[in-house]
Amino acid sequence: MSHDHKPAEPSHEHSHPSGATYLKVAVILTLITVIEVWAYYIPALVSSPLFNPSLLIMSAAKFAIVVLFYMHLKYDHKLFKALFTGPLIVATGTIFALLFLFAKISL
Amino acid sequence: MATLATPTPAAVAGSDAKSGLWSWLATTDHKRIGTLYLWTALAFFLIGGLEAVMIRTQLARPNMGFVSAETYNQLFTMHGTTMVFLAVMPLSAAFFNFLIPLQIGARDVAFPRLNAFSYWVYLFGGILITLPILFQAAPDGGWFGYAPLSTPAYSGVAPGSSELKMNMDFWVAGLQVLGVSSLAAAFNFITTIINMRAPGMTLMRMPMFTWMSFVVQFLLILAFPPITVALVFLMMDRVFGTTFYQVAAGADPLLWQHLFWVFGHPEVYILILPAFGLVSEVLPTFSKKPLFGYNVMVYSGIMIGFLGFGVWAHHMFSVGMGAVADSIFSLMTMLIAIPTGVKIFNWIATMWSGEIRFTVPMKFAIALIAMFTIGGISGVMHSSPPADLQQTDTYFVVAHFHYVLFGGSIMGIFAGIYFYYPKITGRFLDERLGNVHFWLNFIGMNLTFFPMHFSGLLGMPRRIYTYDAGQGWDLFNLMATYGTYLLVVATAVFVWNFVRSRTRGAVAGGDPWQAATLEWSIPSPPPEYNFAKIPTIGSRYPLWDLKDPSWNADPSGHAVPSDPSDLQEETASHTAKALGIPMPYPTAKPLFTAIGLVVMFGGLLLFRDHHAVGLTILLTGAAMLIGGLYAWLTSPLE
Amino acid sequence: MASHAAAASHGAVAGHDDGHAHHHHTTTGLDHRKIAIWAFIGSECMLFASLISTYLIYKGKSLVGPFPHTEYVDAAGKVFTPILDIPVTSASTFVLLMSSLAMVLALQAVQLKGQPLPAGAGWWTRAQRSSQLWLGMTALLGACFLGFQAYEFTSFVREGLTLKTNLFGSTFFTLTGFHGAHVTVGVLWLMSLLWIDRTRGLTPKDELVVDICALYWHFVDVVWIAIFTLIYLIQ
Repeated sequence: MSHDHKPAEPSHEHSHPSGATYLKVAVILTLITVIEVWAYYIPALVSSPLFNPSLLIMSAAKFAIVVLFYMHLKYDHKLFKALFTGPLIVATGTIFALLFLFAKISL
Repeated sequence: MATLATPTPAAVAGSDAKSGLWSWLATTDHKRIGTLYLWTALAFFLIGGLEAVMIRTQLARPNMGFVSAETYNQLFTMHGTTMVFLAVMPLSAAFFNFLIPLQIGARDVAFPRLNAFSYWVYLFGGILITLPILFQAAPDGGWFGYAPLSTPAYSGVAPGSSELKMNMDFWVAGLQVLGVSSLAAAFNFITTIINMRAPGMTLMRMPMFTWMSFVVQFLLILAFPPITVALVFLMMDRVFGTTFYQVAAGADPLLWQHLFWVFGHPEVYILILPAFGLVSEVLPTFSKKPLFGYNVMVYSGIMIGFLGFGVWAHHMFSVGMGAVADSIFSLMTMLIAIPTGVKIFNWIATMWSGEIRFTVPMKFAIALIAMFTIGGISGVMHSSPPADLQQTDTYFVVAHFHYVLFGGSIMGIFAGIYFYYPKITGRFLDERLGNVHFWLNFIGMNLTFFPMHFSGLLGMPRRIYTYDAGQGWDLFNLMATYGTYLLVVATAVFVWNFVRSRTRGAVAGGDPWQAATLEWSIPSPPPEYNFAKIPTIGSRYPLWDLKDPSWNADPSGHAVPSDPSDLQEETASHTAKALGIPMPYPTAKPLFTAIGLVVMFGGLLLFRDHHAVGLTILLTGAAMLIGGLYAWLTSPLE
Repeated sequence: MASHAAAASHGAVAGHDDGHAHHHHTTTGLDHRKIAIWAFIGSECMLFASLISTYLIYKGKSLVGPFPHTEYVDAAGKVFTPILDIPVTSASTFVLLMSSLAMVLALQAVQLKGQPLPAGAGWWTRAQRSSQLWLGMTALLGACFLGFQAYEFTSFVREGLTLKTNLFGSTFFTLTGFHGAHVTVGVLWLMSLLWIDRTRGLTPKDELVVDICALYWHFVDVVWIAIFTLIYLIQ
């Protein structure tokens, strides 16, 4: 999109997170997974109406963390964000629409 | 100046000395691949047309016995499948290949070998799906192959045999192969358009054809996965006995319909948007006016693409989805008519008070506006569920989608062929024959499809192989059949013109139509490297700026391109080597890899009835595919 | 052999054509291959969305067992316990998460190649510089995940759940099988990178080649995060 013909430069002039950040992310991911599995074994939690939503939120958080940090979308060119979030929105919308059409969820 | 500077196309083609069969099998040149797409897709267009002629002959009068019911099923299935997947989409792909790099000022696509791979996969996939008709074993479940009707329980056992008929297997395998081709090409063009634009070629200076193609590539990468999944399920039901579409096992008969139309509706825009792009190049050129409302045209194209994913269930109103779902999809469908209508009005406004030249491409472009509007209006009629319940599965729907696909896509593609033939071959298509073609085509098309509105509203269902007299359908069917015969004559004139003009047509220079965009700044046919010097772009209409800087056709651009010498046409013919431009090596590895892919699916087809043979072939194909890929990826491009 | 390795050094072994970016300028300054892989990942979102939707649509629709989370007694009185093995799958989920960590460390190691180690660097700092270690580790953890999946599939078959048994069997094996096929491709890809690293050594110039493999690998991991919750944990 630039007007002048810039030489192809490596796309990592931005600061990448360090090894320590990667480790922290791994610890957070592990912790969330442990909480998820732990919750699965508590019948009182499983029967609660909040069980499914909270599992979905935890899963979405893990999804976002991996995409932002390990796939370094947080630090990368905005073009890549667009290339990923656009299709992700269409895909998520399609899942919800299909589940609604098959009466798995209601408005 | 252009015409004088270019003595004969042959002299320019001389710069590209490579010829012979091998040069085509191993080519990685986007222009050659585009040419291959064009010829192959035209061949499939003729095959699909022939199938239509047989259908219409059978329906000419009540109770005809021209073909059997079984053959008729194969004919309408293959007519639809061929026209959608093997003719219109690849004709668009021919233009993507030939034009996108030229329009954005690039020397090739981002991944030249992947591009060759896409073509070969398309060719072999097309053959796989088409050949069985010669053995009366063609797919026979309709172009949307509704499961469970296409599952083993309902798609029949061959007479005197315990083996399942293979008809639908060819369809299931063929479409998966074609999907690979479309997806690979789409990743390629997305990268090309984002990353290979010449300096100054901002997104909002891209020619409209490139813009519409850009939208289409995103539709392709998002629409093909759902149908691939649906086809994998169907294949597994047929080959491995899974239960995806087995109602007896609790399966929902609507699953296929939903997955298919999640793909199927965006597919409609995949078929029409490239044609919209082509006429958006033709209309400004022959009106000598910039495209009216360029920005709005871009936004409405994006809008059509985006909304296209939210309207699929309007193909399914009759299955009873409930009032809420019907209302939402009805509303979304009405909404999508707005950006489409915007385009129609912008084209008309582009012509308004222009210096119009009624050339053949211009006539086809205007025909698209008129015919697509008719098809669009009957489409809005379907968006109302109560109206749709009366029209669904009748000839009214057949009339509707032929007005948008023949009246829209095919008219637009013909406009593109007449417009770009001089660029591709260096010679004009004959204008007189072109006019004969246009009028026969225009009259034939309306004679064929307009009466179907009436027979449809009178209740004639689609896909019946014959009908009784006295239901009020006779006259309309006879008219449609005569119209089809007229189209045969029209197409024969076109083919004659197309073949003959390659050697006999009037020589065209680099810019025979006084057009505005980059592809016209280079010789016709273009040298293998396209641009001797990559130009710098200052506006949407660089060539018009060059000819008359005071005109200022693109108010958002600079009045003059930053370096006019970039846009001067090449006069001498150089080889890439002489100019020091690195070109990709010719290589047959993509071809080999594509063969591997198709052999793999061939093995899968045989697997159900002949385990050992099928598995052997499948593994051979997989080995070829993997080996080919490794050889390809570990060898340098240029 | 030497010429082969030289050819490999030029090629991408990246699942995609090796593009023009080595020699030519690009509009955005980004490499073609990275744009292509992100577009590919966008497309894959729709692929897995379709597979996951189908699983969820058919959830609870199977007419006969075994079922994922509930007990099933067939007409003959045979009892099928809930078939999903959460402890084993939790372990394999953890393995795949850790493979993602190994993958980012592999990319970092390639980026830092050739830079002098800080004085008095400990074993961890030194270990972080070994791209072969982390590429090998990622591939190994991926293979380990596939081992878990093979174990899971065979034990399900032994317990009476096949592709043909019911809707659950068809959708479950197809969805997780598709994911497993993606992991397999990833492992092959990683092993190819490891082979290049061992034969001629990856350098910071090859960052992109490792990066696109990493993006693919993390995406496959992300898909599993969704599958683990939607298929295994939610009942």
